[in-house]
Amino acid sequence: MVVMKMKFPFQKRVKLAQGLWLLSWFATVAGAVTFALGCVLKTELLRRAEVMDDTGIHIVPNTLMIAGLASLGINYFASRICQDSLDAGRFPRWKNFLKPYFAVSCFFTVLMLLTVIMSYAMKGSLESSLKVGLRNGIRFYKDTDTPGRCFQKQNIDRLQMEFQCCGNSDFKDWFEVQWISNRYLDFSSKEVKDRIKSNVDGRYLVDGVPFSCCNPSSPRPCIQYQLTNNSAHYNYEYQTEELNIHLSGCRQALVNYYMGLMNTIGAGVLSVFLLQGSVLVSLRFLQTSMEAVAGKENIEIETEGYLLEQGVKETFMQYVDPVLKFFLLKNGVEEGDPAATTSAAPA
Amino acid sequence: MALMKMKFTQQRRVRLAQGLWLLSWLEVMCGVLTFCLGVYLKLELLRRAEVMDNSEIHIVPNILMMVGLASIAANWIASRVCQDALDANRFPPWKPFLLAWYMVVPVLCNLLISVVILSYGLQGRLEESLKVGLRNGIRFYKDTDVPGRCFQKETIDRLQMEFRCCGNNNYRDWFEVQWVSNRYLDFTSKEVKDRIRSNVDGRYLLDGVPFSCCNPASPRPCLQRRLIDNNAHYNYEYQTEELNLHPRGCREALTDYYMEMLDSTGPFVLSVLLVQVSVFVSLRFLQTAVEAAMSLEDKEGDSEGYLLEKGVKETLEDFKTNILKMLKFGEVEPEAAAAADKAGDATEKAADPAPSS
Repeated sequence: MVVMKMKFPFQKRVKLAQGLWLLSWFATVAGAVTFALGCVLKTELLRRAEVMDDTGIHIVPNTLMIAGLASLGINYFASRICQDSLDAGRFPRWKNFLKPYFAVSCFFTVLMLLTVIMSYAMKGSLESSLKVGLRNGIRFYKDTDTPGRCFQKQNIDRLQMEFQCCGNSDFKDWFEVQWISNRYLDFSSKEVKDRIKSNVDGRYLVDGVPFSCCNPSSPRPCIQYQLTNNSAHYNYEYQTEELNIHLSGCRQALVNYYMGLMNTIGAGVLSVFLLQGSVLVSLRFLQTSMEAVAGKENIEIETEGYLLEQGVKETFMQYVDPVLKFFLLKNGVEEGDPAATTSAAPA
Repeated sequence: MALMKMKFTQQRRVRLAQGLWLLSWLEVMCGVLTFCLGVYLKLELLRRAEVMDNSEIHIVPNILMMVGLASIAANWIASRVCQDALDANRFPPWKPFLLAWYMVVPVLCNLLISVVILSYGLQGRLEESLKVGLRNGIRFYKDTDVPGRCFQKETIDRLQMEFRCCGNNNYRDWFEVQWVSNRYLDFTSKEVKDRIRSNVDGRYLLDGVPFSCCNPASPRPCLQRRLIDNNAHYNYEYQTEELNLHPRGCREALTDYYMEMLDSTGPFVLSVLLVQVSVFVSLRFLQTAVEAAMSLEDKEGDSEGYLLEKGVKETLEDFKTNILKMLKFGEVEPEAAAAADKAGDATEKAADPAPSS
């Protein structure tokens, strides 16, 4: 039972070959674009690598780059094949190459689609990675004298200013952490001693935030300290104050930014996937319709082209059987040996 | 005595026409780039228009845009001319256009030179403009409730954060201005009353700066208030503290930014000028060589091309007399009347002696 049989007169075959040649060059450019998009995404993820705990999300740009490079090769061969397709002398040499070629091309084309699906599926992983990374960044904010952590303060400050966010989930995260280094605290002052005594771990906790949380759009000079004390500032009510500091958390801001970036890239990759798929389908039709002409004297006859000779399931088994047999064969030998020894022992 | 006479064989004329066609299309591309450069500079200047007092510096991008557009048109004409140059029927109609072209292109070249000179010469004016603009911005920082000035605070804050600068010359500019609005001052408090009484104008002045002056690279959480009081903060000495606030003034930061942009346009403009001059010279040679060839019997023979038919001095004198002749067209009638009077006198004089004789 053949899949998608179509009639191909000589003129249609010629047009198909020409159109396919052009299409495969477009697809080559599209493959290069996919690679570039993968590089862009990778660069953007690496820029904020310090507030991410793990690199699980990097699989998306890595796969994009691999698929882009593979697509360059696939489309180069597609253009060579359809250049040779109308020449009865040169087409047969591609015969053995085409079966593995189609298998590999389908794999990489499906990989592109998988990348787009992955970019949505990995949102949760990205969010938990950012949660842990930001929590560490806020905890080590004060450690500007500890090697390996001395740039955390600058990173967090620039991040909060650029993405207009404050803290991990919101600004209250800064209340739970000592973000002022002991080097700048006067331990002989009463205020410092009171604050340190007020909690179990002996940390200097304030209801204040760093300057990078300040919102430039506020009509009022920024209030950073004593945020939950209404009487500390004139004409101030923290429950209704909205413009003073950034209210959104940096985790949400970063997730939104990366999801937006991946959505845009995903739309581009989907169109490249469609283009690549159409190249492969056209090439398959061209191959099957040209194979029917092989060996005949009159090459201008009408032939039939199809996608798959047998149905989908049978074709799939055809490809997978050799792989399975390889593993089954191994199992067969192992099962065979103990049986041989047990049968030999009693004898 | 022609200026820079050169022999042109048919082969050489053809090569000149082809080379000039390529060169003029290259110059069209350069014209497009010049226009885009002008647009980019203009946009960058407009982005910070709120901290500039006057718009004199805008003359540089304006000239660049004009020259870019004119150069596209002029060089497109040059390419059409050398496409038609080797065709004896289509070349002559271009002659009046060419005369106009020879007048317009030196003007464009002069404008390009003036752009380079202005981009260096206007640095002082730009600095003045920024000085006044920033001073106003700092003064109106607190007026977030006054229509027309309500965005000054946000503008100055974002400027100081983006350019990593503080104040006009340095952070002390904020000490001389009340930048906290009266709406947020508790006039019943002693501290506020003291500060207001401490100066003649009754302004609330403090030795503090807005949050946007804070330097993220500082190892210490930012100190914004009581900056010149060493006792107010633990382990703090304002004389030696360098990292707490941005060290530069915004005027210097912005001037450096714009000067860097203008300086980098200098070499590009000069190379565009060079290509334009070579197009000009080549087209003149092509025109004279082709015209000389067209007047020969053997159209494919050697001809001579030159820059000017006579020397520089004689050409200028010729030009002057032509202009004067054109101006004198207006005086034809009085001359004719004077000539007619003279003729009348002559006939009278001729008639007078007749009766006496």
